[in-house]
Amino acid sequence: MKNLAREEEWASWMRSAMAGDSKAYHKLLNAITPYIRVMARKRCEQFGAPASEAEDVVQEVLLAIHLKRGTWDIARPLGPWISAIVRNKLIDSLRRRGRNINVPLEDVIASLESDERVSVSDRIDIERILGRLKDPQRTIVRSISIEGVSVRQTAEQLKMTEVAVRVSLHRALKALAAFYSERANENG
Amino acid sequence: MRTDDLINLIAQDTRPPVEVSKALLLALVMGAATSCVLFFAVLGFRPDVADAIETGRFAFKFLVTLSLFSIASSLLSAMVRPGQGATARRWLLLLVPILLLGAVIVELIVTPSGLWGVRLIGSNAVHCLIVIPLLSFFPGVFLFRAMRNGAPDNPGQAGAIAALASAGIAATLYASNCPDDSPLFVAIWYSAATLAVVAIGYFAGLRFLRW
Repeated sequence: MKNLAREEEWASWMRSAMAGDSKAYHKLLNAITPYIRVMARKRCEQFGAPASEAEDVVQEVLLAIHLKRGTWDIARPLGPWISAIVRNKLIDSLRRRGRNINVPLEDVIASLESDERVSVSDRIDIERILGRLKDPQRTIVRSISIEGVSVRQTAEQLKMTEVAVRVSLHRALKALAAFYSERANENG
Repeated sequence: MRTDDLINLIAQDTRPPVEVSKALLLALVMGAATSCVLFFAVLGFRPDVADAIETGRFAFKFLVTLSLFSIASSLLSAMVRPGQGATARRWLLLLVPILLLGAVIVELIVTPSGLWGVRLIGSNAVHCLIVIPLLSFFPGVFLFRAMRNGAPDNPGQAGAIAALASAGIAATLYASNCPDDSPLFVAIWYSAATLAVVAIGYFAGLRFLRW
C-alpha cells in the first residue's frame, strides 16, 4: 500500500514535469535516484565493478529517463516504466563494460575507501565532459549544474533568450548521454 | 560530474518531450503518402482494375495486406515503450499466415492441379520482389526516425515490426497493380518480399534503434 501511494506521487510529479514544472521534476529525480543507485551498486558488485562505475550507471539511467520520458504512457503507472528503463540501461551498460569484468583487486579495495576518492574522479570527469561540449552548451552546463544558476539568469548573463538556453541545454543533455555510451564502449 | 549537479541540469530542461504515439502516427501517414505518390507516378492501377475489384481473389489480396498493415501498426507504439515490448498482442500477427494458408487450401481445392504451377509462378514474380521492398523504403525511413524517439526493449524486434508495417503499405499498393491474384502467388511471392523487408528491418533496428 505504501508503495502504491509513493508511486502515485511519483507519477503525479512526472506529469507535472512533462507539463513544464521544473520543481516537481527535481523532486521526482531526487526521489528515484536512491533506488536507481541501490540497483546499480548491486549489479556492479555482482560484476566486480567499482562503486564509482555504479554512479556512472546511475547518471546514464537518469539521462535515459529524461530523454525518453515521452515513451511513458501517462495513463499507466510510472514504476514499471522506470524499472524497465533501469533494467535496459544496466544490462546495456554492464555488457558494454563487460569485457572489463576482471577488475584488479586494488581497484576493488580502492572503491571501498572513502567518498573522497569518488569525488576526485568526479572532478576529472566533469572537466572531460565539459571539454567535449561546444561553447554555448559548455557555459550553460557549467552555470546551471555547478554554479546552480537558473535558466533565466544564465540567459541574462549570456545575452541569450531563455528559449535558446533551453534548446542548448537539451542538446547538451543529448550529447552527455552519447558521451556516456561512447565512454562505456571505450572501456569495453 | 556529481549526480546532484546532473539532476539540477536535467530538471531545468522542461521542454515537452516528443510523444511517441503521435510521432509514429505522423510517420505512418507521411510514409504511406510518399509511397502512394511514388506508386501512382511510376506504376498506377492495373488496366482492368474496375473488373478485378469484383473478383474474390483480388479482394482477398487486400484483406491480407491490410491485415498485415493494421496489426503491425497497432504494435508499433508498444514496441518503443519500455516494459511493454513483448506483449501477447504480437501473436495477432499469426493471423496473416493463417489467412494465407486457408486461402491456399481453398485455391488448391477449386483449381485443377494442372493450373497450380501457372498460378504459382504467375506473370511477374520478379516485379513483385522488387516493387514491395522499394515501396517499403519510405514508410520504413519515416517510422525509424519516429522510433528513434522511443526506447525499445528489443531494438531488432522493433525494427522488424516497423518493417512489417511498411511492407503492409507497400504490398497494399502493389496489389492494385499486380496482375496475379491467385493466393498461391500471394503466399509465395508477397511473403518472400515481405520477409526480405523484415530481415532488413531487424538488422537496421539493431543498428539504428539502440538508445
